[in-house]
Parts: sequence; structure tokens; C-alpha cells
Amino acid sequence: MSDSFFSGAPHWTWFIILYFFVGGIAGGASLLAAILDWFGGTEDRPVVRTGYNVAAVGAIVSGALLTIDLGRPLRFWHMIFQSANFPAVMFKGWSPISFGAWGLLLFGLFAVLAALGGMAEEGRLHNPALRAVGGAVRGGLAKLVGGLAGLLGVFIAGYTGVLLSVTNRPIWADSPWLGALFIASGMSTGAAALILLAPRRGATEQSLARLSAFDTKALAVELLVLVLFLASLGSVNRVWIGFWGLVLLVGVVGLGILAPLRLHLQRRPLASAAKLVLLGGFLLRLATIFVSEGIEHYRVTAGM
Amino acid sequence: MPEPMGFFTDTTVCIGCKACEVACKEWNQLPAANGGIGELSGDSYDNTRKLDGIHWRHVRFIEQFKGQYDGRWLMMSDVCKHCVQAGCLEVCPTGAIIRTEFDTVVIQSDVCNGCRACIAACPFGVIDVNPVSGTAQKCTLCYDRLKVGLEPACSKACPTDSIQFGSITELRTRAHKRVDQLKAQGVKAELYGADPDGALGGLNSFYLLVDEPEVYGLPRHPQLPSRNLAKSATFSAASAAVLGVLALVGLRKRRMDEQSRGGGGAGNV
Repeated sequence: MSDSFFSGAPHWTWFIILYFFVGGIAGGASLLAAILDWFGGTEDRPVVRTGYNVAAVGAIVSGALLTIDLGRPLRFWHMIFQSANFPAVMFKGWSPISFGAWGLLLFGLFAVLAALGGMAEEGRLHNPALRAVGGAVRGGLAKLVGGLAGLLGVFIAGYTGVLLSVTNRPIWADSPWLGALFIASGMSTGAAALILLAPRRGATEQSLARLSAFDTKALAVELLVLVLFLASLGSVNRVWIGFWGLVLLVGVVGLGILAPLRLHLQRRPLASAAKLVLLGGFLLRLATIFVSEGIEHYRVTAGM
Repeated sequence: MPEPMGFFTDTTVCIGCKACEVACKEWNQLPAANGGIGELSGDSYDNTRKLDGIHWRHVRFIEQFKGQYDGRWLMMSDVCKHCVQAGCLEVCPTGAIIRTEFDTVVIQSDVCNGCRACIAACPFGVIDVNPVSGTAQKCTLCYDRLKVGLEPACSKACPTDSIQFGSITELRTRAHKRVDQLKAQGVKAELYGADPDGALGGLNSFYLLVDEPEVYGLPRHPQLPSRNLAKSATFSAASAAVLGVLALVGLRKRRMDEQSRGGGGAGNV
């Protein structure tokens, strides 16, 4: 029996699952937007602007979800500053939850700045203060801000998996592949979100086709990493025998990866594939969290 | 600087009276479970079942029965191990978990914000949320009592000295003598967590067991959560790099296609 079966469940449930899902989308969309910002063409601008908007909204929602989930939400700032020694900074580089808190704060900052820059570019900012900030984010500074939002975005998409691995819980601590899996899923769901949202901002067919082509590759990487993740679990895989294993197999692999891969390869409607990718990304977080959360310490030790 | 202090729990003399549980609850003013309405486990004489945010001591009953007349009860008063290398302290993002001058591990309830990372990090399943405070809680090894020269409430209340409190050095000597005594009587006895070169740098609450650690709900090789950090971060970085390169290669191919068509690309904005 893995030693991870003797630990207790941290009650990370719906808010955390939603955070992992939203954070993954925001992070993936942010990196794709940054790549297109740096290396794309004029026809990619609608996708770039949509990507930064998704990143900004996702970062704000993520922060709210994490705060609501705390046992004492008003103490959320204890993760950033030392409560007894304010304003000394609270940071532990070896604790994923600590560097994740800082990562999310910085991601939110740069994603919001990049989004404001994009909205100013379109002339959609009417508030003078926001227009002034957005207007300042242009040219080289816009590239720098967007690049940082992209890099921090991919960090946000992946550190959540590392956070789960750096515990003593069954499944999570039994494999080093969760971070890589969440990054692949974040990239595929980020691309899917852009495929669904960017047309409203005037994205061209060509840009959407490129996103679709990238999503196909991201889904293939996700499937590969998922296989590596399951292979690394060894005998712990018996935990999957049950409802959550079914969700993983049918929901994540079948509906969330293989079905959209098929649609992408057949060049069928992009939106259908994108919706399936988002469903799969959500079910991946759901199954991964609940399969471990459900293992109660006392039940296992009692041999039940 | 005081010496490292802790508990040596000799499970062979525990009678399962739960006086330690009661003393702990009383001294630390821990609330009753389920609003005070007793919940029966239904399959054991132990109705506490596990350590959590409102049960910082738990007398575990291990009922080993092979037939109607053949069996034994093992009893162990379980508690936070106050690990020398503590997983909870390692991951705590608020600095709420500290190591005291007695080498014990304490959660400061006024600093904890209830993120619950420590619960998943503890290899022993010791910590949980106290629903009254909304923060993670566990045994403090009666830090408040130690500060004024008193021994912890549980060991004070233990009627058989199954829970012994003292300096770790002295407790280890006593524990080894007890193991020798039991082995001379033909009892299979082993210490769990007493080795300073063993898992987690040794446990400041260690045990004398007469069966395998798993039987008592203890992991055989408890580890720090950070053991996975480097590998997991490396794999994540590799995954990010592969996907980033795939996105870049796709774009580059497009621009080359556009150039070959004579368009010269749309150019960067």
C-alpha cells in the first residue's frame, strides 16, 4: 500500500476544482495570446485581445474562488504579507501554494494591464483612468507586459498540478506528471476558449484554423501525458476503479480528447470541438480532485 | 534553550480509557463533534475514529479477531508526531505553522487562514479544520502548559503511563529499555519514529508497537511532500516548453507559407 493512503483529505472541492479549470483556461489563453502578440500578424490581433481578456477575467475569478474557499477569507492577505510583521513579505519558494499565490497576483496584474492595452487599442475604454492606463500599454511596453502575462499564465496553468503532487495524498503525490498534465489541458482549453470567444471580436477564419491546428497538437500532448500519468501511478491505479475512473475514461479521454481530436482532424465545426475540449478539461480537474478527496484516512486504515 | 521535548507512547500498556482524549479536549476547550449528539461508529468500540481539528488526541482501537475466541485488541493513543522535518510546516503559505523552542510544531490559529495545504501535506492524517475557528488545528503538545513548566494534559491524565512526556533523549533511552524488556518476554516489539536518522529526522512523538505500522494506521515510510517538487516542476517545464515550441513552429510554418506565396507575411504589429 502506498504511504499516501494514511494522509487526510484537505477538503479541496468545488471552488478549487473551478479555480483549477478557470486558471488553466486563463493561463493557456494568455500564453497563446502572448505568442501571437509577439510572432503573429495583424489578422491575429482579435485573438490576441480576446486572449488577454480571458486571462484578465480568469485571473480575477481565480483570486475570488481561492479567497472564498479559505476557512477565513478575510485573511487571504496572510499569503502575501507576514500578518504579525506587516509589510514584511510572506514567501516560501519551496511551497507551491506560496509561490502560486504570488504567481496569481502577478499574473492578474500583467493580464489586466495587457487586457486594458488591447481594449484601448480598440477604443473600447470610456473611463478616463482606465483609458490612461490602457493607452500607456502600447508598443514595446505592450509586448513586454503581454509576454510576462503569457509566461505567468503557463505557470498558473501548471503550478496547480505541482501543488497537488507536493502533498502526501493518494494519486496526487504518487505521480510527478500532474503539473505537466494540467499545462497540456490548460493549453488545450485555453485554445478552445479562444476558438469560442474570438469570433465575437472579429477573429478571421485563418486565425481560428491556426488555433484549431494548435488545439489538435495540445490534445495529442495531453493524451500522451495522461498515459504517462496513469502509468506512473502503478498499483495506486486501483483507486480509479469506480465512478471517477469512468469519468476519466469516458468524460476526459473519450469526450474531452478523442472526440474533439476527431472533429479537428475531420475539419468539422470548430465550436463543437472547442466545447468538448472545455468539458474534458473540467472533468479532468473534477475526477483528479474527487478521486483522491474521497479516500478517507479512517476508512482505508480500517480496511474498508 | 530548552531541550527537545515530546511523547513516548508505549502502546502495550494503553487500556483504551480515553482519559487523554478527554483531558486534551477539556484543556484546549475543543468543541464536541456533531453538536454533542453522540455518533456511534457502528463497527467498533472506538467512536472517535480519527484525529481531526477538534480531536487532537485519539485512542485508536485495533480489533484483531480471527474467530469467536481468538483475538486481541491493540490500543494506541495517537497524536501529532511533531516531526523533526515537518511536512505541514514546510508547505504552510502563511507562516502560521512554527517550530517552538521545545522542538515541537504549533499552528498559530490567529495567523492560519484555512487554506488547508497542511492537511494534505501531513503524512499521518493528523491535521484538520476546526469548524468553530475555520482554521487548521492539531495538537500543540500543550505549548501553553510547557511554557509554565507543566506537562501536557494528556500525559498528565494517562493512568497507565502509556503516554510519557519528557526530553526526547531521555524518552529514547527509556523506550529502548522497554523494547529490550518486552523482547526478553518474547513479545515482538519495535519502536516507530524513535530513530533520529530515520524518516523525517525522527518523530518527537514516537511509539512502541507490537505489530506492523500499517496496522496502527501509520505509514511505513513517511516522507516530506517536497520530495516531488523538483521532478514535478521539471516535467511541467518540459511540457510547457514542448507546447510553446509547437505553437511557435505552427506560426513559423504559416509565415514561411505566406512568404513562399509572395505575400511576405502580414508582419508584426
